[in-house]
Amino acid sequence: MIAFENVAYSYGGAALLSDVSLRLAPGSFHFLTGPSGSGKSTFLKLAYAELLPTAGHVTLFDREVRSLSRDDVARSRRRIGIVHQDCKFLDHMTLGANMALPLTVSERESDPQDLSDLLGWVGLKHLADALPPQLSGGERQRAALARAVIVDPDVILADEPTGNVDWDMSLRILTLLVELNRMGKTILVATHDLNLIRQAKSQVQARVLRIAKQRIQLAGADL
Amino acid sequence: MKTPTAKPAGAATRALEVVPPSGPTAFLTSFTAGAMTFLCVFALALALASGRLADRWSDALARTATIRLLAPAEQMQVQTDAILAVLSATPGIASSRILTDAEQRALLEPWFGPDLPIETLPIPRLIEIVEGTPGYDGEGLRQRLAAEAPGAVLDDHMRWRRPLAEAASRIRLLGVLSIALIGAAMAAMITLAANAALAANAEVIRVLRLVGAKDNYIARAFVRRFTLRTLIGAAIGAVAGLIGVALLPSADAAGGFLTGLGFTGASWLWPLILPPLAAVVAFLATRRAAFAKLKELT
Repeated sequence: MIAFENVAYSYGGAALLSDVSLRLAPGSFHFLTGPSGSGKSTFLKLAYAELLPTAGHVTLFDREVRSLSRDDVARSRRRIGIVHQDCKFLDHMTLGANMALPLTVSERESDPQDLSDLLGWVGLKHLADALPPQLSGGERQRAALARAVIVDPDVILADEPTGNVDWDMSLRILTLLVELNRMGKTILVATHDLNLIRQAKSQVQARVLRIAKQRIQLAGADL
Repeated sequence: MKTPTAKPAGAATRALEVVPPSGPTAFLTSFTAGAMTFLCVFALALALASGRLADRWSDALARTATIRLLAPAEQMQVQTDAILAVLSATPGIASSRILTDAEQRALLEPWFGPDLPIETLPIPRLIEIVEGTPGYDGEGLRQRLAAEAPGAVLDDHMRWRRPLAEAASRIRLLGVLSIALIGAAMAAMITLAANAALAANAEVIRVLRLVGAKDNYIARAFVRRFTLRTLIGAAIGAVAGLIGVALLPSADAAGGFLTGLGFTGASWLWPLILPPLAAVVAFLATRRAAFAKLKELT
């Protein structure tokens, strides 16, 4: 699905990642942890082809990212749901329209009932007509998650999805991610919140990866 | 949880909606298109009027010539007869006739008034020649006239017809060139506006790309917006230009070229092609700018 093979990434001459190899198997749940600045976000950006590796190979759905045209990247992203800590929306469009955006840009229309169900799933049905600036941090995170899954993606990549919310809301978002994984989605969550990881491990079989010294290691029992 | 069922969208896509409304920029684009089209209408009127003038001059003068005879009174009739004899024997001349006193008075009337005693003045006699097909040999005719009627001068109008026709053609060319320049200036301005809009919406573009939008989709959103703005502005400019031309004084003989600056008959329809043409220019300019900017934002 998504594979890294001896991947390195440097920025301004400084190496952020080196010799990273990883394969995200379908239906797997991974946490990616590490201190701030360790390269978690960079790893995710490489995984959805926002960045190209400076060495090694990243494969998206069996195609090497360097061989992808910009349209190919767009097509690949329709199979990947992306959730950011600072999730961005189109502020002039309602939450409902923002939710449907992945369908809109692929020139498809969503069933209003299904859209309403999706908003209900993340507890935002009552805010369908609200504009994004009117939403709280937790509401934005859940909205971003709903937008990420609207095209029924194969993979969900979440970068610090609980970074701006309180513990209760973190658990709620975690529950949604676990539910998606049980539906067969491949999940990769970058977070530095170890409590969240511990909580997740009681609900789902998740591998925990840690970025240290530019490399990815499998985290062990210390979690 | 059930993800929404995707259905193909209808013909009307929502590409326009994803770009935020831009307020004053939208007005400026329409205003620019309107002003340019307004100027274009006048350039078109100039080109068409000068074209008509060039054609009129060419048609009216191309097949005619005049022989001017200035001779002592006692020689006048003899030389006139000699000229007519030469003309009747010259191949390529369809007809010739002596202008009557009334016709000559009419020619001089604008300068000397209606009561000119033409009989008492030493003015030359004029003989009009209509050229046949094929035409006559001008140089040969001059030589024969010099031998038979020394006071005759052949004026084939070329001396002043050519520069006038050339001037009219150049004014027409200038009009066409003005239209092209106005179009190019409009394309440049729309490109700048589109670039500014794209740069201002870099974050919107990032979000659209994140959710899987192709460049073509993003470009289309901007292209449609700018094309529509231009079309609306150009339509208003064209109507205003047509009203302006309609309010110009109507053509008359005294006013000449200036009062003939306008449209006649079906040529009133010409300005109607300007708004769609402006929209095509906007479409191409914005599309080019959008793809260049999207490549830059990669």
